[in-house]
Amino acid sequence: MKWINNSLKKAAPHFSPDGRLARWYPLFEAMDSFVMGSRRTTTNAPHIRDGIDLKRIMIIVVFSLIPCVLMAIWNTGYQANLALQTLGVSCPPGWRGAILQGIACTPDNQLANLAHGALYFIPIYLVSVGVGSIWEVIFNVGRGHEMSEAFLVTSLLFPLTLPATIPLWQVAMGISFGVIFAKEVFGGVGKNFMNPALAARAFIFFAYPIRMSGDQVWVGVDGFSRATPLANLAAAPVANPLMGLQVSFTDAFLGTIPGSMGETSTLACLLGAIILLATGLASWRVMSGMLLGGLGMACALWLVGSATNPMANLPPYWHLVLGGFAFGLVFMATDPVTAPHTLIAKWLYGLFIGALTILIRVENPAFAEGTMLAILLGNVFAPLIDYFVIQANISRRIYRHG
Amino acid sequence: MAETTTELIVRAILLRNPIALLVLGICSALAVTGSMSTALVMALSLTMVTACSSMIISLLRKKIPTTVRIGIQITVIATLVILVDQILKAFFYDLAKQLSIYVGLIITNCIVMGRAEGFAMSNPPLKSFADGIGNGLGYGAVLLTVAFFRELLGNGTLFGFEVLPLTSRGGWYESNGLMLLPVSAFFLIALIIWTLRTVYPAQQEKD
Repeated sequence: MKWINNSLKKAAPHFSPDGRLARWYPLFEAMDSFVMGSRRTTTNAPHIRDGIDLKRIMIIVVFSLIPCVLMAIWNTGYQANLALQTLGVSCPPGWRGAILQGIACTPDNQLANLAHGALYFIPIYLVSVGVGSIWEVIFNVGRGHEMSEAFLVTSLLFPLTLPATIPLWQVAMGISFGVIFAKEVFGGVGKNFMNPALAARAFIFFAYPIRMSGDQVWVGVDGFSRATPLANLAAAPVANPLMGLQVSFTDAFLGTIPGSMGETSTLACLLGAIILLATGLASWRVMSGMLLGGLGMACALWLVGSATNPMANLPPYWHLVLGGFAFGLVFMATDPVTAPHTLIAKWLYGLFIGALTILIRVENPAFAEGTMLAILLGNVFAPLIDYFVIQANISRRIYRHG
Repeated sequence: MAETTTELIVRAILLRNPIALLVLGICSALAVTGSMSTALVMALSLTMVTACSSMIISLLRKKIPTTVRIGIQITVIATLVILVDQILKAFFYDLAKQLSIYVGLIITNCIVMGRAEGFAMSNPPLKSFADGIGNGLGYGAVLLTVAFFRELLGNGTLFGFEVLPLTSRGGWYESNGLMLLPVSAFFLIALIIWTLRTVYPAQQEKD
């Protein structure tokens, strides 16, 4: 540790504004502060002692994602092993099978579940981090900005929203699009008005829809089709949609259902939410707003009912555990950069996203899932909601005080 | 405005491109860039209309009363657009069908009106004609660039000829569905503007 510290200190002058490597300062700074923490010390009073800076915030968000990541790895493997068992095969084909040789790939073998899932998740994650970092370095070095840990969160969120079978080159294209078009063109970290991870997902969703929807993509076994519960529901008998569902409420809550890797487990999202709320990093107003908005819209649609649309007859509480609602609620909608900043606006923003998510999910047969689109639309509207809240406050005060 | 005829034509392509710098004519640039052939026909039609209408309006510019000048400009432009539309329907019926209303909508294209009002009303006919040609070519250059990427990446073809064999037809290239949607033109035009403003920093707007 001392050796690292000393060599970093020794290298520092080369990266100072008149050093010969000054151009690469952002890379050095990223390395230095990632390994050693901040070297900035105040010289004069007052001294405010608080370790919470952008880096700590982002690291805590990464911590809060750990339950989702573990669940993503386990469930991806579990779903794949379940499919193998159904097909009567014990070893997956291809390179994954070569690595997993000697491990019995059955859904009861928890080690095999984790290992098999990791072989899906880790390559996707590595591509997401690797390709995204290259773009980050190009832009930050070009502009002389410091590197930000925010990208660690983006590059982890993005793989969690993807199905396990996504081709790696599409992951690379998606994260490139997200980083460049949703973040860097607007000036980099903190200036993006859209969530880069969701923009990346939206890009793949529209560019390669057959890789992101349907019943072929969710389970990592070739030729094995299993639809997500939401797709099952859309095709279920109208009067009692739960008949079309092959999973129980507990399954959906724990996340042992097919879907995008990180979104299936409401429990894991809940654990993440507890960390984010306890540390005060995520806005509880946005979360409650989205929860209420979603439940309200679901109740309204359920009370009205429908003679043709099975989704409208789904009991409202089911909406909370299916699809990406929980994941979007905890990790996507609460992104402090893209959410509004005034307190009332945060409520309105949450309500808007929640209601829209359920509305798209129930009423639009083209999209089984509306969370991504609703949050992106919410991102776009966030500054406008802020503006109206501030204007309303100004006119109220003018009215009160003349 | 002491530019020669050649300068008027050449400068409108990169230095003051009507789409990239003035951000005019975006609507049709989104709509007709799904394939190279429609983009080419649209670019040629618009070049003809802009050049001819600019020249005619320039010839009439001293007779046009200022109070009704927009109406007269529109009349001239509309006449030419209908002419182009009829020619397309007569000789290139399939393309005319693909372009549907967008040829007719050249009437409302801001580039045509903008050049008529902004240039032809105060310049001699030949220069106005050159300016119209230049702006048409500038518009066409952006349209063809956008259409090149959209058709190539979205359909794997260029002018209908297969370049990248699609997986759906037994090839190796997986079609990018986003490129088939008009939205993708926004991103491509943004990239073009980004490139142009990096190459010519004078085009950057001051904050």
